[in-house]
Amino acid sequence: MAERMAEAAGPGQPVVAPTTATVRRLLGIALREPQALPELSAPELDLCLRLLRRARLLGRIESSRRFTHPVPDILRSARVIAESRARVARWEMDRLAWALTGVDGPVLVLKGCAYLLLGTPNATGRSFADVDLLLPAEALPAAEAALKARGWSATELTPYDDRYYRDWAHELPPMQHPEREVEVDLHHNIVMPTGYLKPDAAELIAAARPIEGTRFHALAPVDMVLHAAVHLFYGGEMDGSLRELVDIADLLQHFDATEPGFRDAFWPRAEALGLLRPAFYAVRYVERLLELRLPAALAAAPARAAPSRPVLALMDALVPLALYPYHPERRARSATAARQALFIRSHWVKMPPLMLARHLGAKTLARLRHQMRGSGKGEPGAAG
Amino acid sequence: MSTGLDPDTFESRLAGPGLGFRVGPFDLFLKARVKGLAAPLARLYRHYPVLDADRVFSINLTIHDVWRPAWRDRRRVRVLVDGQQPHEDMPAGQALAVLEWAQNLVIAMRFHSFLMLHAAVLERNGHALLMPAAPGHGKTTLCAALALRGWRLFSDEFGLLRPGGADMIPLPRPMPLKNASIEVIRQFAPGVELGPEIPGTIKGTVAHLPPPADSVAAAQRTAPAALVVFPRWRADAPLTLEPCHPAQAFMELARNAFNYELVGEAAFQSLRMIIDRSRCFDLVYSDLDEAIAVLTRLADDTDG
Repeated sequence: MAERMAEAAGPGQPVVAPTTATVRRLLGIALREPQALPELSAPELDLCLRLLRRARLLGRIESSRRFTHPVPDILRSARVIAESRARVARWEMDRLAWALTGVDGPVLVLKGCAYLLLGTPNATGRSFADVDLLLPAEALPAAEAALKARGWSATELTPYDDRYYRDWAHELPPMQHPEREVEVDLHHNIVMPTGYLKPDAAELIAAARPIEGTRFHALAPVDMVLHAAVHLFYGGEMDGSLRELVDIADLLQHFDATEPGFRDAFWPRAEALGLLRPAFYAVRYVERLLELRLPAALAAAPARAAPSRPVLALMDALVPLALYPYHPERRARSATAARQALFIRSHWVKMPPLMLARHLGAKTLARLRHQMRGSGKGEPGAAG
Repeated sequence: MSTGLDPDTFESRLAGPGLGFRVGPFDLFLKARVKGLAAPLARLYRHYPVLDADRVFSINLTIHDVWRPAWRDRRRVRVLVDGQQPHEDMPAGQALAVLEWAQNLVIAMRFHSFLMLHAAVLERNGHALLMPAAPGHGKTTLCAALALRGWRLFSDEFGLLRPGGADMIPLPRPMPLKNASIEVIRQFAPGVELGPEIPGTIKGTVAHLPPPADSVAAAQRTAPAALVVFPRWRADAPLTLEPCHPAQAFMELARNAFNYELVGEAAFQSLRMIIDRSRCFDLVYSDLDEAIAVLTRLADDTDG
């Protein structure tokens, strides 16, 4: 491929190798050996940086003297955005800690904000979207009331979406403080209570660890990896979620290096929480797609963690298609189809069939009504 | 300096493999397949150095025609940034304005390695003049007039600098004159070459004044901020130039910046340096020549 590109690359002839293989190879270099990036040909580096931006992974790449104009600006810009979001997140968490003073019991920060407060390696240059908090279900009304009393309010939802959250979801409708632009999600579990996976939230909260110097707790290391896996493989949209697989890879490596007993605790804990399947997918795809070499204790999934062969074959085909960003010049139909298939699957694993039918029916109806009104506001509703 | 391309080559390269331009600190890669766009674009961009494609580009933009069924509305153009649509399709007649705004959008959304003030910036005698102003206060018109009278154009829109410094970075681009300003500039500089008039945009009728060749040629040469002037055009008003309190000027610059909060502490340091070293004024004017005379005197009085 490189030879063919070099041949075709003449002045004024931008060359893009449109194959999926190129996309994966370039992202592989960026993630596994970023120090080799300056050796890429200019058109390849150009494509690589665009893919990283699309995958929201650009902030990970360190600048270097070996890059020439305008690459340092491109990398620095991504870093500045990530640093700014981190600052905003820290401030929001500071305000949340203040607002939740009267609420008893542990408050867990999940995902990006936990990575940020703990300073895990994947936090560097990672931009975040929301603040996700996990509390015991019985503490949720008090927490919601405390936030409302201090100025947060629920974002505007249709009555259907509001009911979706309250009746079916594992979180309350998102809240936001009018002076800021950060969405705060209050969760009582890490998955929807209607789904196949039923981890015991009380177990997760009992094992949580305080984050030094803050009011918050974080999931225990194994649980944090499992949550990232659940979120990626059972969460919903997989569009451009390569970053979440990178999170998992970083966390596995980090905790295996810093947390005594991590590798031996991994599978038993996954089993105890009923999260063998997401753990299986996480380990499988960090090894296959990110070529991460895991120690035997982590790599050796129990046989019962695996899905049936046809399902596995299907996942092996769909997951990479969905995770990798589109080539900016060519949108692969197969990737679009894979994303749709996985999106439907993610609903399937979250809801019993009848509930799924009702949900998709309601969303379709809402969309049709919306289109007939001809309003230009985009997709109705945030839920599902 | 010029693109050195004849109109046909310009058009076919733009529609085919694409063309690279160096626009200030940004390397723009542009593909355009829109009927009637290449000729005016070639004239507006004629001073930019053309870049070969064997490089990393800062911005990758595509604009192309979208044909729609006749019973829906007329011809539209679609903008793609790295293959993604930043906004809905726009009327094809506005393609040139849409393309310029798309560049503004990408710069403002993406390049936070720069502190981006919302101000017209020009240079004279090595001193940079910053003119922050709300829309409708005649910022672009005054900027265009100064550029036509020999001031070096940095930008009518973006006051770029490195966070932590106070040296302004040129980003000379076509200047979008709006509505009455078009006629004002035609009268101010008879025979001036403007791009086509584009009626019906969100900002009314727009016509672009190309950036002066000298300004484009010197686009890699920065200049320290020395003057901050808040211009306000008011019909028939006598010219007044009042010193503006530095704290007030600071707050106005910060409030209007594209990414002051996002850049954080280094943005504060930059603004402090700008205000420390600049004289700040409020300018009310109705006559361009008078305004230019007073600004030129200010620049010439400023110590090197």
